[in-house]
Amino acid sequence: MFYREAGQYKTTYAADLAVFPLRQDRIGIAVIIFIAAVIIPYFGSGFLIQAVMIPFLIFSLAAIGLNLLTGYTGLLSLGTGAFMGVGAYACYKLTTYFPDVNIIIWVIASGFFSAAIGVLFGLPSLRIKGFYLAVATLAAQFFLSWCFIRQPWFYNYNASGAIEVPTRTLFGIPITGATATDNTRYYVVLVIVIAMTWLASNLVHGRIGRMWMAVRDMDLAAELIGIRLLRTKLLAFAVSSFYCGVAGALLVFLWYGGAEPAVFDVNLSFFILFMIIIGGLGSLIGSYFGAALIFILPIVLRYLPPRFGIPVQSATVEHVQFMIIGALIVFFLIVEPNGLARLWQVAKQKLRVWPFPY
Amino acid sequence: MRLYGALIGAAVAAATGLSLAPASAADGIYVPLFAYRTGPFAGSGTPIVNGMADYLNMLNERDGGIGGVKLIVEECETAYDTKKGVECYEQVKSKNPVVINPYSTGITLQIIPKAAVDKIPILSMAYGLSASADGTTFPWVFNPPATYWDGASMFVRYAGEKEGGMAKLKGKKIGLVYLDAPYGKEPIPLLEALAKDYGFELKLYPVPAAEMQNQSSQWLNIRRDRPDWIYLQGFGSMNPTAVKEAAKINYPMDHLIGNWWAGGDDDARPAGDGAKGYLSLDFNQVGTNFPVIQDILKYVVDKGKSQTPKDRVGENLYNRGVLNSMIIAEGIRNAQKVSGKKQITGEDMRRGLETLTVNEARLKEMGAAGFAAPMKVTCKDHNGHNAAYMAKWDGKKWTKGSDWIQPIKDKVEPLIESSAKEYSTANAGWPKRDEKCDM
Repeated sequence: MFYREAGQYKTTYAADLAVFPLRQDRIGIAVIIFIAAVIIPYFGSGFLIQAVMIPFLIFSLAAIGLNLLTGYTGLLSLGTGAFMGVGAYACYKLTTYFPDVNIIIWVIASGFFSAAIGVLFGLPSLRIKGFYLAVATLAAQFFLSWCFIRQPWFYNYNASGAIEVPTRTLFGIPITGATATDNTRYYVVLVIVIAMTWLASNLVHGRIGRMWMAVRDMDLAAELIGIRLLRTKLLAFAVSSFYCGVAGALLVFLWYGGAEPAVFDVNLSFFILFMIIIGGLGSLIGSYFGAALIFILPIVLRYLPPRFGIPVQSATVEHVQFMIIGALIVFFLIVEPNGLARLWQVAKQKLRVWPFPY
Repeated sequence: MRLYGALIGAAVAAATGLSLAPASAADGIYVPLFAYRTGPFAGSGTPIVNGMADYLNMLNERDGGIGGVKLIVEECETAYDTKKGVECYEQVKSKNPVVINPYSTGITLQIIPKAAVDKIPILSMAYGLSASADGTTFPWVFNPPATYWDGASMFVRYAGEKEGGMAKLKGKKIGLVYLDAPYGKEPIPLLEALAKDYGFELKLYPVPAAEMQNQSSQWLNIRRDRPDWIYLQGFGSMNPTAVKEAAKINYPMDHLIGNWWAGGDDDARPAGDGAKGYLSLDFNQVGTNFPVIQDILKYVVDKGKSQTPKDRVGENLYNRGVLNSMIIAEGIRNAQKVSGKKQITGEDMRRGLETLTVNEARLKEMGAAGFAAPMKVTCKDHNGHNAAYMAKWDGKKWTKGSDWIQPIKDKVEPLIESSAKEYSTANAGWPKRDEKCDM
């Protein structure tokens, strides 16, 4: 009744090709951004900002990065954690060498280092596909983890072997380090994530995105219609790693505030991969849904029982939460194998004809 | 449509759950315990947190808390995962905790910079960042009774004594089997410095975290090199594997020495008879033969107010948890004395820990005579560099294998000072200490 396009005439091609052709969708996006930018920082607790929203946005960004590669181009990668690590360590090295340059520039710049490494490890993708490629990217994971642990140059030879985040400012306000407030860090993350999501949305809806999808659906056919496979695949690796690299730098600099190399192990790669599988392959909003389900749901399950005065042992909560998450994943995959994004689409379709379905 | 209704319901429940998440604690001193009863290191984490919780609960039952104020003990499960640790920290922060026990090197490193900002002291008992022993740079971090560097120096001192004098170490080979992570690598700089001073040769055998349970290649190298002494800086399932491998190649067990986190009952037990004679550094005694442990049994465990199975009370890591809580309790008691308040805050707790003195007389009062070495923390020295002893595995349980061994302080202290300085310069904007010292 409320959600339909009747009466909205498109008079230009641009309007017809828009990402959100429906006015209601545009309003919806504006409301979401308003909630994220105004309501949450003003009314949310420190816990909500620091332990829920910041990591959720960062993981969403990493999931978008992996989705560009796996969902849109069809190249399975298990090196996400390592590429995020490259971003974090690059940012750390850059800011120790050039402490006067603004940290946000280095966060973005570290994405390029990650992209270069991604291209390098993406080279085998021209010859191998599917599970074999996953194994090749797994090599990146192990090799880079080894570098972070065994090469003291990466962590500036410090005794703890971990990287620590110095205080850096933007317009005189600290945005990294312990003195930065939750809200400042949240805003920095939010702006970067929104900007990069917008960029990704333009990429996948344009020529490059179509090339990626053509390669994903049938690379032989794509080659025949004139898409150069090597370039397209390497571009996907580069862009994907760029996103992961920025996410990794944000993870350490704006969330953790310091990291051991163990943070970027293969478990992180799986964590992100599960997000996009649950959220929906080849969907940007799915990346957010996946990050919400895999990251936020366990937190909710952990803090819900005590809220209602149900006393439970901390370990029991942990076990129960594993069971519930596992069951939910199976449930969602049975109900909708194409992920939460598809569920969302179906819901919107039903809403269009509501309350008179035909 | 029903499915969507359920989904919306779930989303609403989630939103309310999150918006309500932090709640303030009721009257009492709030002591959160970061636990890991699940995850890859649960084997070590469970007895530790059992000991910690049982001692504090015993104080509540026996004395009605400390200075008449009840302790509110709450566990937060970290599964030894940094992500969850940060989440736990955020969750407990709003309830005015007096002290945080992170119980993971990764989590400790993360919250060290936050301690000064949030005014919550960190007590990382003999783990975490060794450099944080320097109270001038780290006024909010405490790591008594000894650092990893103290531990490694005690090992060298013990080896030297057994060889018949430190001069006899010249030309000997000393091996370090370590977990290839920041925690495992910690003793390397100290051992390198000592190797130069005493003229022994240091051999390194890193064990990657992913290969903890498959150390055959490391032990093949050890068989080839035949080091005279081996120091084991391992954790979790790495320790029993190392002990088993050592037994397999017939390495003399009394020359294999683990650090204090390699001294769990489950670290030595799986190797069976082969592990007899295995030594591990330890700073708390084992067993239930102390009035304080008897009180725990009487007031907490026997009344079913504990998660600990009765036969596991008194195990090495359990008693270490008890010692950890003793330090917390003494810190609180001291803070009440220094500040003159009953209901103390994190800032008072910092002052209390900074003037902490636990001498023989006080240990006896606590029902723990001989349970641990006397401890002294000062404003400048947040560690104390206290003594430890060698615990010896007799095939069934840990026994006392040596007297108290003092660390080689004059080698450890300069290293701590220089690395603390390094830390504060690397972290631009590290605050200068402006907290006053209590005498």
